[in-house]
Amino acid sequence: MLLKRDLGGTLLLALLGIAILVVPVLNLAVPESSSLHLSTYTVTLLGKYLTYALLAIALDLIWGYCGIMSLGHSAFFALGGYAMGMYLMRAIGPRGVYGDPVLPDFMVFLNWKELPWYWYGFDQFWFAALMVMLVPGLLALVFGWLAFRSRVTGVYLSIITQALTYALMLAFFRNDMGFGGNNGLTDFKTLLGFDVHADSTRAGLFVVSALALALGYVACRAVVSSKLGRVVVAIRDAEDRTRFLGYRVELFKLWVFVLSAVLAGIAGALYVPQVGIINPSEFSPLNSIEVVIWVSVGGRATLYGAVAGAGLVNYAKTYLTGALPEVWLFALGGLFVLVTVFLPRGLVGLFRGRKEPP
Amino acid sequence: MQFEPQRPRKPVRRIDLMTYGFGSASEPAPDASSAPILYIEDITVSFDGFKALDGLSLYVDDGELRCIIGPNGAGKTTMMDVITGKTRPDQGTAFFARSVDLLSLSEPEIAQAGIGRKFQVPTVFEHQSVFENLELALYSNKAVWPSLFARLNGAERDRIEEVLAIIGLTESRYSRAGVLSHGQKQWLEIGMLLMQSPRLLLLDEPVAGMTHEETEHTAELLLSLAGRHTIIVVEHDMEFVRSIGRRVTVLHEGRMLAEGRMQEVQNHPKVIEVYLGA
Repeated sequence: MLLKRDLGGTLLLALLGIAILVVPVLNLAVPESSSLHLSTYTVTLLGKYLTYALLAIALDLIWGYCGIMSLGHSAFFALGGYAMGMYLMRAIGPRGVYGDPVLPDFMVFLNWKELPWYWYGFDQFWFAALMVMLVPGLLALVFGWLAFRSRVTGVYLSIITQALTYALMLAFFRNDMGFGGNNGLTDFKTLLGFDVHADSTRAGLFVVSALALALGYVACRAVVSSKLGRVVVAIRDAEDRTRFLGYRVELFKLWVFVLSAVLAGIAGALYVPQVGIINPSEFSPLNSIEVVIWVSVGGRATLYGAVAGAGLVNYAKTYLTGALPEVWLFALGGLFVLVTVFLPRGLVGLFRGRKEPP
Repeated sequence: MQFEPQRPRKPVRRIDLMTYGFGSASEPAPDASSAPILYIEDITVSFDGFKALDGLSLYVDDGELRCIIGPNGAGKTTMMDVITGKTRPDQGTAFFARSVDLLSLSEPEIAQAGIGRKFQVPTVFEHQSVFENLELALYSNKAVWPSLFARLNGAERDRIEEVLAIIGLTESRYSRAGVLSHGQKQWLEIGMLLMQSPRLLLLDEPVAGMTHEETEHTAELLLSLAGRHTIIVVEHDMEFVRSIGRRVTVLHEGRMLAEGRMQEVQNHPKVIEVYLGA
């Protein structure tokens, strides 16, 4: 019912469904000698793209539909990642280099004697999973409440979101913050008892990422198809009009902003065990800007466009940083300019004819 | 000449009280027919020393259709901003429907209390259909969670159809509001106000950019709405104000210059001097 007249979304969910069934089989069951075999490297890469796609959907929800251009969305992604990283660190237990049963290696190295209070509970997966959503959500709640209540909009809001992620990056770089400083969190061993380096775990993470993307898509589609979604689009197009119709604009913005931050946090949490590390560079403003580029390349306010953009741009990045590393940033910048000038509705705009996005 | 708003006639007969549903046999009650629904007194708004409104007082009766004219910078739009909560005055009082203190409420609260506002530039949700525009304006629970699960019921659909007919956009209900003509957008915005079921409608230049025919049609529409709703129209188009032919208030430099019927106001020497004479 939700997908009626949503061809792009139906296609996306169908592709994800096929990938969930086929990718693990091609990786685990097909012998390496076969040309159909999918290497674990590829599976992990695809899994990583899926988490990026979820981050892109989260940004599209607030940028495409509500007009909030966050240039700091990787902050929520990284916070979700750190929450997962903290669980993975504590799951190492006594298997670390220094063999301390409780303290992660970097704390032993820094001569810390006991675990900081904010690391408590992260030995429990359920607690970490909760924090993956709660920490980005709370940050978005506080930040959004202050910003939207003061009616900060447009480029000013973009700038302060950028400042937010930059401030977090500087904070996480500090060793005494207790998050591993420069090096971040790494050397993970197990996730819920499964070896994070095992092929089967990688395939499992791919499947979970695909499921998360599918659920995230359906949830966002449900939101934007509801009356709440129409109010949000109304706020994007004529904020004052919406306010004078009796809607408390700041609460609607806050609601979608928090939802978006939670989705970004989940994406970050799935990203970390697949790449095996989380460090403060994930907070880098450049990362947030890249997300904006993915969404604009794919096409705003369509949700599936964000997925397509994230996939294509990241595939190009993987290819170019391997083949012509010095060209990548120029290509990225050029792509953004080209899309902005010639394809204001993104790549999916090419297929949607003259139909305007909502 | 300053025209005093009509005061309640006394003594008030009991039968009148019963008709309006106010009071009881033992306590005297105000006459509802001419009680002001909007009561603005001594409002002053200054922006960096410039007084956009300078001790403005205005009383509008329930069911009245009032036109407000005045040269640019007279404070017309600022007055609407004060009534709708967009601008807070430095001093003065503003009450709506006797008990609603407009100066203590936010814009959405004032809207929910029953005051609808049309902007000078027609402002509709261009990317959504005409029907959806009206749906968004519908008088309903406008909190966040109820909006997530809101579904239109039959009565609400009927109400939207009714307003579509009133504003003449039944045929265009599934068109995007962005493709409507300028005049149609103006009507759609008026329709959105009607969906709010407001007691007071504030219309800022509702016929700006309309053809002669559309202007006439709009005048008819407003006249048909007066009585059921209280309407305040800010307008530059004298022809239009004349065709409505109701009570007119002239603002100048943030103050009320004159008030009365168009004919009387037109002959007022000061009005001629600052506005009409030009």
